[in-house]
Amino acid sequence: MNHPQTPETSDAPLAPGARLPLSSRTRLSAEAVAEIRTIAGKYPDRLAATLPALYIAQREFGFLSLAAMKEVAAALEVPEGHIFGVATFYTMFKKRPVGRFHLQVCTNVCCALNGAYELLNRIAERTGAKPGGEPTGDGLWSLEEVECLAACGSAPCLQVNEAVYDEFVDEARLEAILDACRRGEYSPWGE
Amino acid sequence: MARIRVKPDPQRYTFDGFGSSQYPNLMLLGAGDLDNWTLKSYQDKWEGYAALRKALKLEPAAVTAEVKLSDLRGRGGAGFRTGMKWGFMPKDTAERKVTRYVVCNADEGEPGTFKDRAILEYNPHQLIEGMIIAGWAMQCKLGFIYVRGEFGWLVDKLEAALQQARDAGYLGRDILGSGWDFDILTYRGAGAYICGEETALLNSLEGRRGEPRVKPPFPAQAGAFGQPTTVNNVETLAAVPVILRMGGAGFARIGTPGNTGTRIYSLSGHIKRPGLYELPLGLPLDFIMNDLAGGSSTGRKIKAVIPGGCSAPMFDAKDFDCPMDFDTVKARGSMAGSGGIIVMDEDTCMVRTTLRLTHFYAHESCGQCTPCREGCNWMEMILHRIEHGEGLPGDLALLASLPPRINMRTLCALGDAACGPVESALQKFRAEFEHHISHKECLAGARV
Repeated sequence: MNHPQTPETSDAPLAPGARLPLSSRTRLSAEAVAEIRTIAGKYPDRLAATLPALYIAQREFGFLSLAAMKEVAAALEVPEGHIFGVATFYTMFKKRPVGRFHLQVCTNVCCALNGAYELLNRIAERTGAKPGGEPTGDGLWSLEEVECLAACGSAPCLQVNEAVYDEFVDEARLEAILDACRRGEYSPWGE
Repeated sequence: MARIRVKPDPQRYTFDGFGSSQYPNLMLLGAGDLDNWTLKSYQDKWEGYAALRKALKLEPAAVTAEVKLSDLRGRGGAGFRTGMKWGFMPKDTAERKVTRYVVCNADEGEPGTFKDRAILEYNPHQLIEGMIIAGWAMQCKLGFIYVRGEFGWLVDKLEAALQQARDAGYLGRDILGSGWDFDILTYRGAGAYICGEETALLNSLEGRRGEPRVKPPFPAQAGAFGQPTTVNNVETLAAVPVILRMGGAGFARIGTPGNTGTRIYSLSGHIKRPGLYELPLGLPLDFIMNDLAGGSSTGRKIKAVIPGGCSAPMFDAKDFDCPMDFDTVKARGSMAGSGGIIVMDEDTCMVRTTLRLTHFYAHESCGQCTPCREGCNWMEMILHRIEHGEGLPGDLALLASLPPRINMRTLCALGDAACGPVESALQKFRAEFEHHISHKECLAGARV
């Protein structure tokens, strides 16, 4: 399995703020492999563990490098091509590194009607990240437009990593969220 | 470690008069109250699992009959009759025992819809109870709840709720002494709108790419892992305990004949009081928009409404009196769909809005069928050109020629859904498109 657009993990030193462990990892931890095999046993067919296994690999590697996908294929004993096909189908599997804080703004209609593009531009201005998911030079931020996050009634909606800020995100609120990230006081559930 | 939300979310779940006999609260029990999700709260406050006890005393066929009597229609989008769907599942014969599955579709991704999320967040046990009853009615041993990937924290919450149900004996072996075993597994998607389509969901649940399947065989013949499967929406399954509590006939008295019960409308866009409104089916759209939700949030006139999630063709002012039931909305050329009502005021540029909607479908097309994969991209490119002042005189004819070549020519309804907004916008707001091409600017104010 090899694909020009999916980088291999490398031994290069970590960029400041880059997501750990992104640098030298080429193997899944033994615990992760055990976890994957346990999940595989729960479903009528172990192929069903593909998506959960990719989540586990993404958690360990920071993103799904080719090495990560090969490890998942080995752990599940399924063809590498199947894993690659599934990983590239779903948008929540990141095939390239993202920033430590991956900022996702819903710009679908309901959010767009309530200022999602203004929010997107403001974030781009404040963080220096360009929409498209490419991390900033310091590895801190990446910014992406996403489709509906099911918070249309309080649009626009911002998601930081896995935390959904579904209250109306105005200028002051955005500053507070970004500041909390910068100070490292970012808690996964948006307090 | 389970991640349980501790901060109230800002969504509105109620309105003046909600909970009265006129506007009964059946589906949004305890919405907004973050302590409501536990088994204890469900049992103490909402007669939780009484419906299951009742169902287990009935023959499975009698439970299905009760659901048929209620005339419940699927709340996911298609409005198919739930009892009938359950009836398609093959029965055991003397020679052959069949493994059957019930699957809950919690892949809520239709833009403009956020109702299933509220049930999962605030009252997951109502869904779980409904699913156990469905499992009993169809004699399944295992069920799956397929939750969209973005709802990671809700998967954790569901797991915790399922464990509470297991500990209380509502799930697992020999449920309440009935001799029947049943359990539910959760499954987390990974960000693909198409997985809300039932056969794409089944592929995803099997660990594959979420590509819709060729039908037949239908899921009731060969669904998850090759076995007969019924897929129901969260709201549909959560209505099942209500039906058992009230009786099918009691449920059918709410709403209008053929469109029974209450459903949760999600209101968003330029609306004064956006949020979730649980209402009996059949109320007029303008009553919901203006009387209950306060009308336009901007003070400007409402120009267009998408009545059933973004796949539904748009309504303009002449259809605002449309009663919101499956059949009338369809007769007026749109669909009641998932109940997501998106309101747009008169300064909304319909070209840009249509472009944004089409971009969504082009992005989410799974790529399996050529008409949808290529057609959605073509529509997006043409709309992009028009929106950005590069429209050509023949573009509207070219754009209008695409939907007939996509519609009904694909395996699933995503292609059809992509055509709805384009066709309806072209038909109802054609002047805006023409103005864009001739003047290189918006006819309406340049808001999205």
